Amino acid sequence: MSTSLRNNGAAFLALSAAALLVAGLGLALFWAPEDADQGISQKIFYVHVPVALTSYAAFFWAAWKALRLLWKGGERYDLESYTAVHMGVIFGVLTLVTGSIWAKVSWGHWWVWSERQLTLFLILFLFYSAYFMLRYSTDPGPRRSRTSAVYALFGVALIPVSFMAIRLAEGLIHPVVFKRSGPDMDGTMFVTFCVCLAAMLALAGGLYLLELSGKRADASLRELRERLA
Amino acid sequence: MSTGEKYLWAAYLVLFAAVLLYVVLIALKVGRLERELAELARATRDRSEGARG
Amino acid sequence: MTGYFSDVAALARKDLLVELRTRDTVPAMLLFVVAALVVFHFALPQDSSELAASGMLWIALLFTALLALVRAFVGEREQSTLDGLILAPCDRSAIWLGKTLSVLAFLLFAEAVALPAFALFYERVTWELVAGVALANVGIATVGTLLGAMAAAARTRELLLPLLFLPVAIPLVVGGLGATVADDPGRYLAFLGLYDVIFAILSWASFEYVVTE
Repeated sequence: MSTSLRNNGAAFLALSAAALLVAGLGLALFWAPEDADQGISQKIFYVHVPVALTSYAAFFWAAWKALRLLWKGGERYDLESYTAVHMGVIFGVLTLVTGSIWAKVSWGHWWVWSERQLTLFLILFLFYSAYFMLRYSTDPGPRRSRTSAVYALFGVALIPVSFMAIRLAEGLIHPVVFKRSGPDMDGTMFVTFCVCLAAMLALAGGLYLLELSGKRADASLRELRERLA
Repeated sequence: MSTGEKYLWAAYLVLFAAVLLYVVLIALKVGRLERELAELARATRDRSEGARG
Repeated sequence: MTGYFSDVAALARKDLLVELRTRDTVPAMLLFVVAALVVFHFALPQDSSELAASGMLWIALLFTALLALVRAFVGEREQSTLDGLILAPCDRSAIWLGKTLSVLAFLLFAEAVALPAFALFYERVTWELVAGVALANVGIATVGTLLGAMAAAARTRELLLPLLFLPVAIPLVVGGLGATVADDPGRYLAFLGLYDVIFAILSWASFEYVVTE
């Protein structure tokens, strides 16, 4: 019963994501005003920031599931946490790529250290990539689940700490040359942003449920195979 | 198309490509699951026939 | 409660006594950090500022610390000792604290050589630098010990630990470097303190989940 609910959940989210993405794209390109300074390239904002926020959301979701694992136990939380981290990394990479594109068009460089969010995502990318290394090189079992869960929790603790570090580092290292004035969002921009954010969250949610289905099917098959052997 | 527009399209296309890539990977996985499931079904069938026969 | 701390002391003392007898880790750390400082001289371009040298010191300290952390859990002898300790009736987190204290001791030995060497080769060591190093040591030892225990369960232990450790160590480098070169080191020292508190508590609380089967 819960399986079919999950499958329908994935379909529902995928459908919502499709609708919201189309709506968001339309609004961003045709309705939202063009930025006075940056011109049309500012509209990358409507992809870049929602993707970044979705990535954070995924990491927090992973940490929540990790906490549940450590608190109550239960292998399902391990799969859920793992899949959520995977989503977080995928959207994290998208954040880095879209951010890089935006940097290139804004300032002519593919990477600028003065972009705090990008630097933070770089650190998080390194951190959560090591998560996969950890999982792949540890034998499956309760110890791996618990270790992964602890690591996922460390990740969310690292997010604010790293951000503070990046801010503190700005005074020390590269001079702050490139600064983008944050959009003071008026009504239309805000609505567009919200639609795009909802779209990304729905997309991530749909992909998450889909991937989770696949992993559970894998696990069930493995169990079946063992029983038949 | 101005430079700004080109980069804007690039950003949206990256997202699109990522989602498509994901679909491809999931499709491959589903195919594999399907094959394994069929194999297991055959194995169970053989076994139950063997037990009966 | 006294049982807990006597367990911790016993565990830390065991590590230090073993090191005293075998002299595996600390001499290597001393040699490594001095070698690293020498290499950095050749790696720094001519017109580099003094600040670059300070940055290099922190890199040297970080990688020297990794030597100690890799040795802390990933030796085969250590792994079987750890298994034995898990079965013992002491609180699991006491194992973490004992190990953290011994790692801290090793770091202090290494820095007792590294800082004078740095003063000799590059520039004088200020009290802010020492304070930064002391605070960073706590962060390195606490988090590093936990991550070392995580890596110990993996097949590629020695490779994995640096991968796990470096991203988490970035804030320590920022705090340490800031304490050394910035105009207002207090902010950076406070940040190091905050890092230490957050991650020490997290590490202490989560250690038992990482080592139990």
